[in-house]
Amino acid sequence: MSGRRAAGSEGRESFPYLPDDSVVSVQRGPEPGGVRGAYRAFGETLRGLKTTMARIVEGPVTIEYPEEKTPVYPRFRGRHKLHRFEDTGLEKCVGCSLCAAACPADCIRVVAAENDPDNRVSAGERYAAVYEINLARCIFCGYCEVACPFDAITMGHEYEMADYNRNDLIFTKEMLLAEPIVRTPLRNEGE
Amino acid sequence: MVAADVGFAEASWIMVVKSLVIFAVILGLVPMILLLERKLLGRFQARYGPNRVGPKGLLQPLADVVKLLSKEAYKPDAAVPILWAIAPALVILSATATLAIIPFGDVADGNVGLYGIDVSIGILYAFAFGSISFYGLLLGGWSSGSKYSFMGAMRSAAQLISYEISMGLALLGVIMMAGSLSLVDIANAQADTIWYVIPQFVGFLIFMVAGFAETNRPPFDLPEADAELVAGYNTEYGGMRFGSYFMAEYMEMVVVSGIAAAMFLGGWHGPGPDWLGPIWMLAKIMVLICLFIWVRATLPRLRYDQLMSLGWKVLLPLATLNVLVTAVLVVVT
Repeated sequence: MSGRRAAGSEGRESFPYLPDDSVVSVQRGPEPGGVRGAYRAFGETLRGLKTTMARIVEGPVTIEYPEEKTPVYPRFRGRHKLHRFEDTGLEKCVGCSLCAAACPADCIRVVAAENDPDNRVSAGERYAAVYEINLARCIFCGYCEVACPFDAITMGHEYEMADYNRNDLIFTKEMLLAEPIVRTPLRNEGE
Repeated sequence: MVAADVGFAEASWIMVVKSLVIFAVILGLVPMILLLERKLLGRFQARYGPNRVGPKGLLQPLADVVKLLSKEAYKPDAAVPILWAIAPALVILSATATLAIIPFGDVADGNVGLYGIDVSIGILYAFAFGSISFYGLLLGGWSSGSKYSFMGAMRSAAQLISYEISMGLALLGVIMMAGSLSLVDIANAQADTIWYVIPQFVGFLIFMVAGFAETNRPPFDLPEADAELVAGYNTEYGGMRFGSYFMAEYMEMVVVSGIAAAMFLGGWHGPGPDWLGPIWMLAKIMVLICLFIWVRATLPRLRYDQLMSLGWKVLLPLATLNVLVTAVLVVVT
Protein backbone atom coordinates (compact mmCIF):
# COMPACT_ATOMS: atom_id res chain seq x y z
CA MET A 1 0.00 0.00 0.00
CA SER A 2 2.79 2.40 0.87
CA GLY A 3 4.41 1.62 -2.46
CA ARG A 4 1.35 2.94 -4.22
CA ARG A 5 1.70 6.21 -2.44
CA ALA A 6 5.31 6.62 -3.57
CA ALA A 7 4.40 5.84 -7.15
CA GLY A 8 1.62 8.42 -7.18
CA SER A 9 2.01 11.85 -8.72
CA GLU A 10 2.75 14.91 -6.59
CA GLY A 11 -0.84 16.05 -6.63
CA ARG A 12 -2.06 12.73 -5.36
CA GLU A 13 0.50 12.64 -2.57
CA SER A 14 -1.24 15.47 -0.81
CA PHE A 15 -4.58 13.71 -1.09
CA PRO A 16 -5.54 12.98 2.49
CA TYR A 17 -7.35 9.70 1.98
CA LEU A 18 -4.73 7.67 0.17
CA PRO A 19 -4.65 4.33 1.94
CA ASP A 20 -1.45 3.31 3.66
CA ASP A 21 -0.62 0.44 5.99
CA SER A 22 -2.68 1.89 8.82
CA VAL A 23 -5.87 1.45 6.83
CA VAL A 24 -7.54 -1.89 7.47
CA SER A 25 -9.87 -3.24 4.85
CA VAL A 26 -13.49 -3.65 5.87
CA GLN A 27 -14.23 -7.14 7.11
CA ARG A 28 -17.16 -8.63 5.27
CA GLY A 29 -19.11 -11.71 6.13
CA PRO A 30 -19.56 -14.42 3.54
CA GLU A 31 -22.24 -13.82 0.96
CA PRO A 32 -25.63 -15.12 2.09
CA GLY A 33 -27.47 -17.78 0.21
CA GLY A 34 -26.81 -21.20 -1.21
CA VAL A 35 -26.46 -24.48 0.59
CA ARG A 36 -23.45 -23.27 2.55
CA GLY A 37 -25.36 -20.20 3.58
CA ALA A 38 -28.22 -22.32 4.86
CA TYR A 39 -25.80 -24.59 6.71
CA ARG A 40 -24.08 -21.60 8.26
CA ALA A 41 -27.41 -20.04 9.23
CA PHE A 42 -28.35 -23.28 10.96
CA GLY A 43 -25.09 -23.32 12.90
CA GLU A 44 -25.42 -19.68 13.85
CA THR A 45 -28.98 -20.28 14.98
CA LEU A 46 -27.78 -23.00 17.31
CA ARG A 47 -25.11 -20.65 18.61
CA GLY A 48 -27.76 -18.04 19.25
CA LEU A 49 -29.95 -20.53 21.07
CA LYS A 50 -26.98 -21.44 23.24
CA THR A 51 -26.41 -17.77 24.04
CA THR A 52 -29.97 -17.19 25.20
CA MET A 53 -30.01 -20.42 27.19
CA ALA A 54 -26.87 -19.25 28.97
CA ARG A 55 -28.85 -16.21 30.16
CA ILE A 56 -31.38 -18.52 31.83
CA VAL A 57 -28.61 -20.44 33.55
CA GLU A 58 -27.03 -17.16 34.61
CA GLY A 59 -30.24 -15.91 36.19
CA PRO A 60 -31.75 -12.43 36.19
CA VAL A 61 -29.57 -9.43 36.90
CA THR A 62 -32.55 -7.22 37.73
CA ILE A 63 -32.46 -5.10 40.87
CA GLU A 64 -36.10 -4.73 41.88
CA TYR A 65 -35.76 -1.06 42.66
CA PRO A 66 -38.21 0.05 45.29
CA GLU A 67 -37.55 -3.07 47.33
CA GLU A 68 -33.90 -3.49 46.47
CA LYS A 69 -31.52 -0.60 45.98
CA THR A 70 -28.18 -0.28 44.36
CA PRO A 71 -25.74 0.67 47.10
CA VAL A 72 -24.18 4.08 46.60
CA TYR A 73 -20.50 4.88 46.88
CA PRO A 74 -19.20 6.60 50.02
CA ARG A 75 -18.53 9.84 48.13
CA PHE A 76 -21.98 9.84 46.48
CA ARG A 77 -23.45 13.34 46.63
CA GLY A 78 -27.05 13.04 47.74
CA ARG A 79 -29.26 15.20 49.91
CA HIS A 80 -27.42 17.53 52.33
CA LYS A 81 -27.10 16.91 56.02
CA LEU A 82 -26.42 19.42 58.77
CA HIS A 83 -24.39 18.17 61.70
CA ARG A 84 -24.21 18.64 65.45
CA PHE A 85 -21.25 18.11 67.76
CA GLU A 86 -21.63 14.64 69.14
CA ASP A 87 -20.54 15.50 72.69
CA THR A 88 -22.36 18.77 73.33
CA GLY A 89 -25.22 18.40 70.85
CA LEU A 90 -24.64 21.94 69.58
CA GLU A 91 -25.03 22.72 65.91
CA LYS A 92 -21.80 23.00 63.96
CA CYS A 93 -23.23 25.67 61.68
CA VAL A 94 -22.38 29.19 62.75
CA GLY A 95 -24.43 30.93 60.06
CA CYS A 96 -21.46 32.33 58.14
CA SER A 97 -23.28 31.99 54.78
CA LEU A 98 -20.14 30.82 52.99
CA CYS A 99 -22.11 27.89 51.61
CA ALA A 100 -24.72 30.27 50.23
CA ALA A 101 -21.97 32.33 48.64
CA ALA A 102 -20.37 29.25 47.09
CA CYS A 103 -23.62 27.85 45.77
CA PRO A 104 -23.73 28.16 41.96
CA ALA A 105 -27.44 27.44 41.86
CA ASP A 106 -28.19 29.96 44.58
CA CYS A 107 -30.38 27.53 46.45
CA ILE A 108 -29.17 28.06 50.03
CA ARG A 109 -30.65 30.72 52.26
CA VAL A 110 -29.03 31.46 55.61
CA VAL A 111 -30.22 34.02 58.14
CA ALA A 112 -27.81 34.28 61.05
CA ALA A 113 -28.60 35.36 64.60
CA GLU A 114 -26.60 36.02 67.78
CA ASN A 115 -26.31 33.12 70.20
CA ASP A 116 -27.95 33.57 73.58
CA PRO A 117 -25.13 32.65 76.06
CA ASP A 118 -27.57 30.89 78.40
CA ASN A 119 -29.24 28.88 75.67
CA ARG A 120 -26.69 28.23 72.98
CA VAL A 121 -27.75 26.78 69.64
CA SER A 122 -24.35 26.57 68.00
CA ALA A 123 -20.77 26.40 69.21
CA GLY A 124 -19.79 29.74 67.69
CA GLU A 125 -20.74 33.32 68.33
CA ARG A 126 -23.67 33.20 65.96
CA TYR A 127 -25.99 30.49 64.66
CA ALA A 128 -28.22 29.95 61.68
CA ALA A 129 -31.70 31.06 62.62
CA VAL A 130 -32.93 30.09 59.17
CA TYR A 131 -31.16 27.52 57.05
CA GLU A 132 -33.03 26.47 53.94
CA ILE A 133 -31.94 24.53 50.89
CA ASN A 134 -34.20 24.55 47.87
CA LEU A 135 -33.59 21.05 46.55
CA ALA A 136 -35.60 21.80 43.45
CA ARG A 137 -32.76 24.09 42.42
CA CYS A 138 -29.80 22.28 43.94
CA ILE A 139 -27.46 20.71 41.40
CA PHE A 140 -25.68 18.51 43.98
CA CYS A 141 -22.24 19.90 43.12
CA GLY A 142 -21.01 19.73 46.68
CA TYR A 143 -19.44 23.22 46.71
CA CYS A 144 -21.30 24.05 49.93
CA GLU A 145 -19.58 21.12 51.60
CA VAL A 146 -16.20 22.37 50.37
CA ALA A 147 -16.91 25.94 51.42
CA CYS A 148 -17.98 25.13 54.96
CA PRO A 149 -15.17 25.91 57.45
CA PHE A 150 -16.71 23.78 60.22
CA ASP A 151 -17.84 20.69 58.26
CA ALA A 152 -21.33 21.59 59.34
CA ILE A 153 -22.91 20.69 56.01
CA THR A 154 -22.08 17.53 54.09
CA MET A 155 -23.64 15.73 51.20
CA GLY A 156 -25.58 12.68 52.36
CA HIS A 157 -26.53 9.57 50.47
CA GLU A 158 -30.27 10.05 50.01
CA TYR A 159 -31.45 10.45 46.46
CA GLU A 160 -35.16 9.65 46.66
CA MET A 161 -36.56 13.16 47.01
CA ALA A 162 -39.40 13.21 44.51
CA ASP A 163 -42.41 15.12 45.71
CA TYR A 164 -45.74 16.42 44.51
CA ASN A 165 -45.15 20.02 45.39
CA ARG A 166 -42.25 22.35 44.74
CA ASN A 167 -42.66 23.96 48.14
CA ASP A 168 -42.11 20.61 49.78
CA LEU A 169 -38.65 20.49 48.26
CA ILE A 170 -37.45 23.44 50.34
CA PHE A 171 -35.72 21.69 53.22
CA THR A 172 -35.53 23.57 56.49
CA LYS A 173 -32.80 23.34 59.12
CA GLU A 174 -34.78 20.84 61.20
CA MET A 175 -35.24 18.55 58.22
CA LEU A 176 -31.57 18.76 57.32
CA LEU A 177 -30.48 18.06 60.90
CA ALA A 178 -32.76 15.04 61.31
CA GLU A 179 -31.60 11.57 60.45
CA PRO A 180 -33.06 10.37 57.14
CA ILE A 181 -36.09 8.12 57.55
CA VAL A 182 -34.82 5.48 55.17
CA ARG A 183 -31.14 4.79 55.00
CA THR A 184 -29.62 4.36 51.57
CA PRO A 185 -27.45 1.25 51.32
CA LEU A 186 -23.77 2.08 51.14
CA ARG A 187 -21.10 0.22 49.29
CA ASN A 188 -18.35 -1.33 51.32
CA GLU A 189 -14.70 -0.63 50.70
CA GLY A 190 -13.64 -2.08 47.38
CA GLU A 191 -17.15 -3.16 46.40
CA MET B 1 -73.25 -35.68 2.15
CA VAL B 2 -70.20 -37.07 3.87
CA ALA B 3 -67.25 -34.72 3.84
CA ALA B 4 -64.77 -37.20 5.17
CA ASP B 5 -64.62 -40.60 6.75
CA VAL B 6 -64.35 -40.63 10.48
CA GLY B 7 -62.15 -43.20 12.19
CA PHE B 8 -64.27 -43.57 15.28
CA ALA B 9 -67.48 -41.78 16.22
CA GLU B 10 -69.33 -41.72 19.53
CA ALA B 11 -72.84 -40.71 20.44
CA SER B 12 -73.38 -37.07 19.66
CA TRP B 13 -73.71 -35.99 23.30
CA ILE B 14 -70.28 -37.43 24.05
CA MET B 15 -68.91 -35.46 21.11
CA VAL B 16 -70.35 -32.25 22.53
CA VAL B 17 -68.96 -32.90 26.02
CA LYS B 18 -65.62 -33.86 24.54
CA SER B 19 -65.31 -30.75 22.44
CA LEU B 20 -66.28 -28.58 25.40
CA VAL B 21 -63.60 -30.22 27.55
CA ILE B 22 -60.90 -29.84 24.89
CA PHE B 23 -61.92 -26.25 24.26
CA ALA B 24 -61.90 -25.46 27.97
CA VAL B 25 -58.49 -27.06 28.49
CA ILE B 26 -56.89 -25.22 25.60
CA LEU B 27 -58.62 -21.97 26.46
CA GLY B 28 -57.25 -22.34 29.97
CA LEU B 29 -53.87 -23.17 28.54
CA VAL B 30 -53.66 -19.98 26.48
CA PRO B 31 -53.33 -17.53 29.41
CA MET B 32 -50.83 -19.87 31.00
CA ILE B 33 -48.77 -19.87 27.83
CA LEU B 34 -49.05 -16.11 27.75
CA LEU B 35 -47.58 -15.88 31.22
CA LEU B 36 -45.04 -18.59 30.50
CA GLU B 37 -43.90 -16.73 27.44
CA ARG B 38 -43.45 -13.44 29.24
CA LYS B 39 -41.74 -15.08 32.18
CA LEU B 40 -39.48 -17.23 30.05
CA LEU B 41 -38.71 -14.39 27.69
CA GLY B 42 -37.67 -12.39 30.71
CA ARG B 43 -35.35 -15.12 31.89
CA PHE B 44 -33.87 -15.44 28.42
CA GLN B 45 -33.05 -11.74 28.64
CA ALA B 46 -31.62 -11.95 32.17
CA ARG B 47 -34.63 -10.30 33.82
CA TYR B 48 -37.64 -11.52 35.80
CA GLY B 49 -40.61 -10.83 33.58
CA PRO B 50 -43.95 -9.88 35.10
CA ASN B 51 -43.93 -10.50 38.85
CA ARG B 52 -46.09 -7.73 40.27
CA VAL B 53 -49.68 -8.87 39.70
CA GLY B 54 -50.56 -11.53 42.22
CA PRO B 55 -48.07 -13.93 43.77
CA LYS B 56 -45.07 -14.25 41.45
CA GLY B 57 -47.05 -12.43 38.77
CA LEU B 58 -49.45 -15.35 38.32
CA LEU B 59 -52.46 -13.09 37.83
CA GLN B 60 -50.83 -11.12 35.03
CA PRO B 61 -52.81 -12.78 32.20
CA LEU B 62 -56.01 -12.06 34.12
CA ALA B 63 -55.05 -8.41 34.35
CA ASP B 64 -54.24 -8.37 30.63
CA VAL B 65 -57.59 -9.89 29.71
CA VAL B 66 -59.51 -7.54 31.98
CA LYS B 67 -57.69 -4.62 30.42
CA LEU B 68 -58.52 -5.80 26.91
CA LEU B 69 -62.16 -6.48 27.79
CA SER B 70 -62.70 -3.08 29.36
CA LYS B 71 -61.34 -1.21 26.36
CA GLU B 72 -63.53 0.66 23.95
CA ALA B 73 -64.43 -1.23 20.76
CA TYR B 74 -63.22 1.47 18.45
CA LYS B 75 -63.67 1.23 14.71
CA PRO B 76 -61.72 3.48 12.35
CA ASP B 77 -63.76 5.46 9.82
CA ALA B 78 -61.98 3.93 6.85
CA ALA B 79 -62.71 0.36 7.95
CA VAL B 80 -65.12 -1.83 6.00
CA PRO B 81 -67.76 -2.49 8.66
CA ILE B 82 -68.77 -6.16 8.54
CA LEU B 83 -65.53 -7.65 7.25
CA TRP B 84 -63.60 -5.71 9.84
CA ALA B 85 -65.68 -7.23 12.60
CA ILE B 86 -65.71 -10.83 11.40
CA ALA B 87 -62.01 -11.06 10.57
CA PRO B 88 -60.83 -11.66 14.17
CA ALA B 89 -63.68 -14.11 14.66
CA LEU B 90 -62.56 -16.00 11.57
CA VAL B 91 -59.04 -16.33 12.91
CA ILE B 92 -60.11 -17.60 16.29
CA LEU B 93 -62.69 -19.90 14.71
CA SER B 94 -60.18 -21.60 12.48
CA ALA B 95 -57.66 -21.94 15.29
CA THR B 96 -60.30 -23.56 17.49
CA ALA B 97 -61.52 -25.81 14.71
CA THR B 98 -58.02 -27.15 14.12
CA LEU B 99 -57.82 -28.17 17.76
CA ALA B 100 -60.36 -30.87 17.02
CA ILE B 101 -57.91 -33.22 15.31
CA ILE B 102 -55.18 -33.06 17.92
CA PRO B 103 -55.23 -36.42 19.65
CA PHE B 104 -54.71 -36.60 23.42
CA GLY B 105 -55.08 -40.35 23.48
CA ASP B 106 -56.55 -43.33 21.69
CA VAL B 107 -60.07 -44.65 22.21
CA ALA B 108 -60.29 -44.98 25.99
CA ASP B 109 -62.42 -47.79 27.52
CA GLY B 110 -63.59 -48.69 24.04
CA ASN B 111 -66.13 -45.89 23.75
CA VAL B 112 -64.55 -42.44 24.04
CA GLY B 113 -61.77 -41.22 21.78
CA LEU B 114 -59.59 -38.67 23.51
CA TYR B 115 -59.63 -36.25 20.61
CA GLY B 116 -62.14 -33.94 19.00
CA ILE B 117 -62.60 -36.00 15.91
CA ASP B 118 -60.50 -38.54 14.03
CA VAL B 119 -61.13 -37.67 10.41
CA SER B 120 -59.47 -39.81 7.78
CA ILE B 121 -58.15 -36.73 5.97
CA GLY B 122 -56.42 -35.90 9.26
CA ILE B 123 -53.68 -33.43 8.65
CA LEU B 124 -55.30 -32.02 5.51
CA TYR B 125 -58.05 -30.72 7.78
CA ALA B 126 -55.44 -28.78 9.72
CA PHE B 127 -54.02 -27.31 6.52
CA ALA B 128 -57.47 -26.36 5.32
CA PHE B 129 -58.22 -24.45 8.50
CA GLY B 130 -54.72 -23.00 8.59
CA SER B 131 -55.44 -21.44 5.22
CA ILE B 132 -58.76 -20.11 6.42
CA SER B 133 -57.07 -18.43 9.37
CA PHE B 134 -54.97 -16.49 6.88
CA TYR B 135 -58.20 -15.19 5.40
CA GLY B 136 -58.80 -13.71 8.81
CA LEU B 137 -55.47 -11.89 8.73
CA LEU B 138 -55.93 -10.85 5.12
CA LEU B 139 -59.47 -9.56 5.61
CA GLY B 140 -58.57 -7.87 8.87
CA GLY B 141 -55.61 -6.13 7.30
CA TRP B 142 -57.42 -5.12 4.15
CA SER B 143 -60.67 -4.00 5.74
CA SER B 144 -58.90 -1.83 8.31
CA GLY B 145 -58.37 0.78 5.60
CA SER B 146 -54.85 1.47 6.80
CA LYS B 147 -51.65 1.14 4.82
CA TYR B 148 -49.77 -0.61 7.59
CA SER B 149 -52.52 -3.14 8.04
CA PHE B 150 -52.72 -3.70 4.32
CA MET B 151 -48.99 -4.30 4.04
CA GLY B 152 -49.11 -6.69 6.96
CA ALA B 153 -51.95 -8.56 5.30
CA MET B 154 -50.11 -8.80 2.00
CA ARG B 155 -47.06 -10.09 3.78
CA SER B 156 -49.06 -12.71 5.60
CA ALA B 157 -50.52 -13.89 2.31
CA ALA B 158 -47.10 -14.12 0.68
CA GLN B 159 -45.75 -15.88 3.74
CA LEU B 160 -48.57 -18.40 3.66
CA ILE B 161 -47.84 -19.34 0.07
CA SER B 162 -44.12 -19.66 0.71
CA TYR B 163 -44.38 -21.83 3.76
CA GLU B 164 -47.48 -23.94 3.50
CA ILE B 165 -45.97 -26.02 0.70
CA SER B 166 -42.82 -26.81 2.64
CA MET B 167 -44.91 -27.57 5.69
CA GLY B 168 -47.06 -30.04 3.78
CA LEU B 169 -44.04 -31.66 2.15
CA ALA B 170 -42.29 -31.94 5.51
CA LEU B 171 -45.24 -33.89 6.88
CA LEU B 172 -45.47 -36.04 3.77
CA GLY B 173 -42.47 -38.07 4.90
CA VAL B 174 -44.19 -38.96 8.14
CA ILE B 175 -47.44 -39.71 6.34
CA MET B 176 -45.64 -42.08 4.01
CA MET B 177 -43.90 -43.87 6.86
CA ALA B 178 -47.10 -44.27 8.85
CA GLY B 179 -49.23 -44.96 5.81
CA SER B 180 -52.07 -42.82 7.13
CA LEU B 181 -53.24 -39.21 7.23
CA SER B 182 -55.00 -39.61 10.54
CA LEU B 183 -53.08 -38.17 13.48
CA VAL B 184 -54.34 -40.98 15.73
CA ASP B 185 -53.00 -43.63 13.37
CA ILE B 186 -49.72 -41.77 12.98
CA ALA B 187 -49.26 -41.50 16.76
CA ASN B 188 -50.13 -45.19 17.13
CA ALA B 189 -47.63 -46.12 14.45
CA GLN B 190 -44.91 -44.60 16.63
CA ALA B 191 -45.90 -46.64 19.68
CA ASP B 192 -43.82 -49.73 18.97
CA THR B 193 -41.20 -48.19 16.68
CA ILE B 194 -39.01 -45.17 17.18
CA TRP B 195 -40.49 -41.66 17.27
CA TYR B 196 -40.55 -40.14 13.82
CA VAL B 197 -38.42 -37.22 14.96
CA ILE B 198 -35.34 -39.47 14.55
CA PRO B 199 -35.85 -40.82 11.01
CA GLN B 200 -37.62 -37.65 9.91
CA PHE B 201 -35.38 -35.11 11.64
CA VAL B 202 -35.11 -32.93 8.54
CA GLY B 203 -38.87 -33.06 8.17
CA PHE B 204 -39.27 -32.07 11.82
CA LEU B 205 -36.94 -29.09 11.41
CA ILE B 206 -38.70 -27.93 8.26
CA PHE B 207 -42.09 -28.38 9.90
CA MET B 208 -41.04 -26.34 12.93
CA VAL B 209 -39.54 -23.54 10.83
CA ALA B 210 -42.64 -23.46 8.66
CA GLY B 211 -44.70 -23.63 11.84
CA PHE B 212 -43.02 -20.47 13.14
CA ALA B 213 -43.96 -18.81 9.87
CA GLU B 214 -47.48 -20.24 9.93
CA THR B 215 -48.19 -18.89 13.40
CA ASN B 216 -46.52 -15.54 12.63
CA ARG B 217 -44.09 -16.04 15.45
CA PRO B 218 -40.67 -14.46 15.50
CA PRO B 219 -38.38 -14.69 13.56
CA PHE B 220 -41.13 -14.80 10.93
CA ASP B 221 -43.51 -12.25 12.43
CA LEU B 222 -43.34 -10.08 9.34
CA PRO B 223 -47.12 -9.61 9.06
CA GLU B 224 -47.05 -7.76 12.37
CA ALA B 225 -43.42 -6.55 12.36
CA ASP B 226 -43.83 -3.83 14.95
CA ALA B 227 -40.66 -2.02 13.99
CA GLU B 228 -41.70 -1.47 10.39
CA LEU B 229 -45.48 -1.85 10.25
CA VAL B 230 -46.54 -0.60 13.72
CA ALA B 231 -48.45 -3.84 14.31
CA GLY B 232 -49.19 -5.05 10.78
CA TYR B 233 -52.62 -6.49 10.15
CA ASN B 234 -53.89 -5.72 13.65
CA THR B 235 -52.77 -2.08 13.77
CA GLU B 236 -56.32 -0.75 13.78
CA TYR B 237 -57.72 -3.30 16.16
CA GLY B 238 -58.21 -2.67 19.84
CA GLY B 239 -59.84 -4.22 22.84
CA MET B 240 -61.02 -7.78 22.58
CA ARG B 241 -60.85 -7.79 18.78
CA PHE B 242 -57.12 -7.39 19.12
CA GLY B 243 -57.35 -9.90 21.94
CA SER B 244 -58.91 -12.41 19.54
CA TYR B 245 -56.00 -12.08 17.16
CA PHE B 246 -53.63 -12.41 20.05
CA MET B 247 -55.37 -15.43 21.49
CA ALA B 248 -55.62 -17.06 18.07
CA GLU B 249 -51.87 -16.72 17.67
CA TYR B 250 -51.32 -18.63 20.89
CA MET B 251 -53.95 -21.20 20.02
CA GLU B 252 -52.25 -21.73 16.68
CA MET B 253 -49.04 -22.24 18.60
CA VAL B 254 -50.77 -24.97 20.57
CA VAL B 255 -52.14 -26.46 17.37
CA VAL B 256 -48.81 -26.50 15.57
CA SER B 257 -47.10 -27.90 18.67
CA GLY B 258 -49.85 -30.48 18.97
CA ILE B 259 -49.49 -31.58 15.37
CA ALA B 260 -45.72 -31.74 15.73
CA ALA B 261 -46.04 -33.70 18.98
CA ALA B 262 -48.47 -36.18 17.43
CA MET B 263 -46.59 -36.61 14.17
CA PHE B 264 -42.98 -36.48 15.31
CA LEU B 265 -42.84 -37.00 19.06
CA GLY B 266 -45.03 -40.05 19.47
CA GLY B 267 -48.21 -38.25 20.49
CA TRP B 268 -49.59 -39.49 23.79
CA HIS B 269 -47.21 -42.44 23.98
CA GLY B 270 -44.67 -42.38 26.73
CA PRO B 271 -43.51 -44.35 29.74
CA GLY B 272 -46.04 -44.96 32.48
CA PRO B 273 -49.62 -46.23 32.58
CA ASP B 274 -52.13 -45.50 29.82
CA TRP B 275 -54.02 -42.82 31.71
CA LEU B 276 -50.89 -40.65 31.58
CA GLY B 277 -51.40 -40.31 27.82
CA PRO B 278 -53.14 -36.91 27.73
CA ILE B 279 -50.62 -35.57 30.24
CA TRP B 280 -47.76 -36.79 28.07
CA MET B 281 -49.36 -35.09 25.11
CA LEU B 282 -49.77 -31.82 27.01
CA ALA B 283 -46.20 -32.06 28.27
CA LYS B 284 -44.88 -32.50 24.74
CA ILE B 285 -46.97 -29.57 23.58
CA MET B 286 -45.56 -27.42 26.36
CA VAL B 287 -42.00 -28.42 25.52
CA LEU B 288 -42.54 -27.41 21.92
CA ILE B 289 -44.11 -24.13 23.03
CA CYS B 290 -41.02 -23.47 25.13
CA LEU B 291 -39.05 -24.03 21.92
CA PHE B 292 -41.22 -21.41 20.23
CA ILE B 293 -40.45 -18.97 23.03
CA TRP B 294 -36.76 -19.85 23.03
CA VAL B 295 -36.50 -19.14 19.32
CA ARG B 296 -38.41 -15.91 19.78
CA ALA B 297 -35.95 -14.81 22.42
CA THR B 298 -33.01 -15.70 20.20
CA LEU B 299 -33.56 -14.75 16.59
CA PRO B 300 -34.16 -11.30 15.16
CA ARG B 301 -36.85 -10.83 12.54
CA LEU B 302 -35.87 -11.83 9.02
CA ARG B 303 -35.86 -9.31 6.24
CA TYR B 304 -38.66 -9.82 3.76
CA ASP B 305 -36.47 -11.08 0.91
CA GLN B 306 -34.59 -13.33 3.33
CA LEU B 307 -37.88 -14.85 4.37
CA MET B 308 -38.83 -15.49 0.77
CA SER B 309 -35.48 -16.94 -0.20
CA LEU B 310 -35.47 -19.16 2.89
CA GLY B 311 -38.91 -20.44 2.03
CA TRP B 312 -38.41 -21.03 -1.68
CA LYS B 313 -34.70 -21.67 -2.02
CA VAL B 314 -33.93 -23.65 1.11
CA LEU B 315 -36.98 -25.16 2.75
CA LEU B 316 -38.82 -26.20 -0.40
CA PRO B 317 -35.89 -28.06 -2.02
CA LEU B 318 -34.96 -29.60 1.32
CA ALA B 319 -38.51 -30.75 1.94
CA THR B 320 -38.78 -32.15 -1.57
CA LEU B 321 -35.51 -34.01 -1.13
CA ASN B 322 -36.70 -35.31 2.21
CA VAL B 323 -39.90 -36.61 0.65
CA LEU B 324 -37.98 -38.19 -2.21
CA VAL B 325 -35.51 -39.99 0.05
CA THR B 326 -38.28 -41.15 2.37
CA ALA B 327 -40.34 -42.40 -0.56
CA VAL B 328 -37.42 -44.40 -1.89
CA LEU B 329 -36.64 -45.83 1.54
CA VAL B 330 -40.27 -46.71 2.22
CA VAL B 331 -40.53 -48.53 -1.10
CA VAL B 332 -37.21 -50.35 -0.65
CA THR B 333 -37.81 -51.58 2.91
